[in-house]
Amino acid sequence: MTHEHAPHIIGYGKLTAVWLALLALTALTVWVSRLDLGVNRVWGSLAIAAVKSGLVIAFFMHMRYEGRLLRWLLFVALVILAIFIGFTFFDLLYR
Amino acid sequence: MSFSPHKDYAGAKLGMWLFLFTELILFGGLFLLYAAYLSRYPHEFAAGGREMHLVFGTANTVILLTSSLLAAMAVTAIQRDARGRTMLLLGGTILCAAVFMLNKYVEWSAEIGNGIYPNSSRLAAGPVGESIFFSLYYLTVGLHGLHVLIGGTLLAVVAVRVKSGAIHGGEYVLLENSALYWHLVDLIWIFIFPLYYLIL
Repeated sequence: MTHEHAPHIIGYGKLTAVWLALLALTALTVWVSRLDLGVNRVWGSLAIAAVKSGLVIAFFMHMRYEGRLLRWLLFVALVILAIFIGFTFFDLLYR
Repeated sequence: MSFSPHKDYAGAKLGMWLFLFTELILFGGLFLLYAAYLSRYPHEFAAGGREMHLVFGTANTVILLTSSLLAAMAVTAIQRDARGRTMLLLGGTILCAAVFMLNKYVEWSAEIGNGIYPNSSRLAAGPVGESIFFSLYYLTVGLHGLHVLIGGTLLAVVAVRVKSGAIHGGEYVLLENSALYWHLVDLIWIFIFPLYYLIL
């Protein structure tokens, strides 16, 4: 046996439910983009995209059931990305 | 004395995740470029955005989300040692990848036919912000498409190994890691879609 513990198996039903939620969020984001929201449509679309990616990472990629190490590393990677983009804009916005 | 190869399921999965983080930073760089140039050339980006085809973008989003579902189901199937079903699900994922690439081919053919490609005479004569937008578009979506091809090939190799029995319910980290790579492809598109097709 190659695993120390029984792996957590996500059932087909749960995966399908996540997929349906993703499709609904896709429909929502397309609909929101057709509304006249001005610059808020950028943040709204990114927020919906963040929720969709959260679902993909948590369930399709199993992160919901992984240990602390992987979850912390993901958090660190996202913080690095935020610094990467955010700090660049500290410069760009004031040129 | 029999030799049993060293296996490290947790290590293999950790290694894959670390690689995926580097991919996040890679595409993060491209999204940063998008953000920087969008703030610099908002009107030109809006003009470029009007040339995009929402139907293709939406269809491709749905196709990739479905392919991700099938890949995740393949992991469940192999964990339950249902090898026939695993291969069917992997086949479905690869089929979605092929349809995605076909859509991409049709979409890009239309755009290139309209004179929209890096350094075309139409773009060279237009404002520089539009050229930047389309260069970023081709670079980002092209790099993503390359990842679709790599991921599809990887999943095909995995399917062959499932058939041969090298991957099974007690040893499947290669399938799981390949599925993780595939989900990353889906994740990147989840952000490409609003940025290039929706918000402009």
